[in-house]
Amino acid sequence: MDVAITPPVSTADPFSREFFADPFPVHAALRDAGPVVRLAKYEIWAVARYDEVHRVLNDWETFSSARGVGLSDFKKEPPWRLPSLVLETDPPFHDRTRKVLNRVLSPAAMKTLKERFAAAADTMIDELLGRDSFDAVPELSEAFPLAVFPDAIGMPQGHRHNLLPYGNMVFNSFGPRNELFAEAVRDAEPVMAWVRAQSERKNLSDDGFGAQIHAAVATGELTEDEAPMVVRSLLTAGVDTTVSGLGAALFCLSRFPEQFQKLRANPGLARAAFEEAVRFESPVQTFFRTTTRPVEVGGFHIDEGEKVLMFLGAANRDPRKWGRPEDYDIARKTVGHVGFGSGVHACVGQLLARLEGEVVLQALARKVAAIEIVGEPRRRFNNTLRGLASLPLRLHRTQ
Amino acid sequence: MPEITFVQFHGARETLDVAVGNTIMFAATSHGLEGIVGECGGNAMCATCHVSVEPDQLHLLPAMTDDEDALLDGTAIMRQPNSRLSCQIHVTPALDGFVVHVPERQI
Ligand code: HEM
Ligand code: FES
Repeated sequence: MDVAITPPVSTADPFSREFFADPFPVHAALRDAGPVVRLAKYEIWAVARYDEVHRVLNDWETFSSARGVGLSDFKKEPPWRLPSLVLETDPPFHDRTRKVLNRVLSPAAMKTLKERFAAAADTMIDELLGRDSFDAVPELSEAFPLAVFPDAIGMPQGHRHNLLPYGNMVFNSFGPRNELFAEAVRDAEPVMAWVRAQSERKNLSDDGFGAQIHAAVATGELTEDEAPMVVRSLLTAGVDTTVSGLGAALFCLSRFPEQFQKLRANPGLARAAFEEAVRFESPVQTFFRTTTRPVEVGGFHIDEGEKVLMFLGAANRDPRKWGRPEDYDIARKTVGHVGFGSGVHACVGQLLARLEGEVVLQALARKVAAIEIVGEPRRRFNNTLRGLASLPLRLHRTQ
Repeated sequence: MPEITFVQFHGARETLDVAVGNTIMFAATSHGLEGIVGECGGNAMCATCHVSVEPDQLHLLPAMTDDEDALLDGTAIMRQPNSRLSCQIHVTPALDGFVVHVPERQI
C-alpha cells in the first residue's frame, strides 16, 4: 500500500551561532527524528545518521555535486564564484580533474614529503617548548600548515597568511548568506587578487604540486584556463581544513590526558590519534548535494531538484554505528568514518592532511610530557568548518 | 559464504566467512584483523589495504585498473607482481578458498 507519510520536521538552524557553539544536542535530535528530516527554516532535506550520510555520499548519480555543494542551487541562481572543477562537478567530467589530483597527492608522492614535514614539526615543537605558554591556534595549528603546505605547492615566500581568510570565505559560502558569510567576504576581499596570482604557473616553483598540476596541460588532461583553477582548489581546500584538523587533535589530546599518555607510550599511534580527532570533531561538518531524480530515503519520498544537507559530524558520532561515540579513543578502529567524505568526492588531500597530523603528533609524543590548557578555549564559527579561534596551552617537556 | 584466508607476515593464519559483494578490506577491518588498515575507507586512495595473493589464484581476480596500479607504487612495503589492494577485491562465490598475504607494514 502506498501511504503518503509526512517526514519529520525540524526547526533547528544549523548555520546559527547558537548551533555552532554546541551542535551535539541538535545532531542527536536530527538523528533520532528519522533517516531524513525536513529543515523548515531552509526548506531543505537533511541526513544525520551514518547509514544515510554514507549512502548519499556514495550515490553521485542521484545526489549530484554539479548543482553546488552548498545551500545554493546553481540551476536556480548563478554560482557566486566559478564552480570548482573537482568539488562541484559530477563524473565523468569530475574524474578528469580528479585523476590529475590523485596523481599529485598519491601515497607515493607523500613519501617524498615525509622527512621534510617531520623536520618542520620537530623544529616547531622545540621552539614552543621554550615558551611558558602560547596560543596553539595561531602558533601551531595555523603555523604548521602555513609552514609546510605552501612550500609543497611551490608558492613564493611571503603573505602566506592570506590563505586563511580566503579559505574561511569559501567554506562560509556553502551556507546561507548570513552574517558569518558577509563578514568572511569582507575579510577576504583584500587577498582575492593575491590568491589568484598564486595559482599562475609563472609564480610557482618547478617542483611543487602547482607545477605538477600545470604539467597536465601538456598531456592534454587540463586546458590552460583550467590548470590555475585546479591549483586554486588546493589552496582553498588545503589550509583551513588542516588548521581545524590539527586544532581538533590538540584540543582532544589536551582534554583527554590519558589518551595523550597512551600516545606518548606508543608514538606509532600518532596517525591513529589524528584520525580519531577527525572523526570526533569532524573539521568539515557539512556538505550539500542536489537530487537528480525522485528518490526514496528511509521510506520518505524526495523530489528531483531538492537540496540534501549531509551532517558528516553527526554521522561520525552516530551511536547506531559507533560504540561510545562521545569518547576520544586513539585505539578506536575509525575505518569508515566520513570526516574526509566518501565515494567519488572523498577528500583528495586526505593523505597530506594525515601526514601533517602524524608528524605534529609524533613530535608531541616524543618531546612533551603533558599538555595543559591554561586559558579559556574559544570556538571559531564557520558555516562549514568546526574549528577554534584560540587554545591557550603550556607544554611540559619530557625529562 | 565464501571463505577467505589471511596469512600474517609472521605466518599466523585466520579464515573469515565473507558475504558475497563485500570487499576483502571491509571483511578484515570490520573483523578487527591486524595488518590491513584501510585508512581511506575503501576509496582507492591510501594503499594501506595492500595484500599479495597466491600466484595461482591471481587469475580469479579481474584485471586491476590503472588507478589501482598507480596506488600500488605507493605501498609501505614494496609491491610484488602479485600485489593487490584488498579494498578493490569484491568477494564472489568463485573466491571461496582464496588466500591473501598481509605485508609486514601498511604505513
Ligand atoms: C583534516 C583536513 C581535511 C578535511 C577534514 C577534509 C575534508 C574533506 C571532505 C569532507 C571532502 C568531501 C567533499 C564532498 O564530498 O563534497 C573533501 C574534498 C576535497 N578535499 Fe579535503 N579535507 C581536508 C584536507 C584537505 C587538503 C590538505 C587538501 C589539499 C591538499 C584537500 C583538498 C580537497 C579537494 C580538492 C576536495 C574535492 C575532491 C573531489 O570533489 O573529488 N583537503 N575534503
Ligand atoms: S582502503 Fe585505501 S586504498 Fe584500499
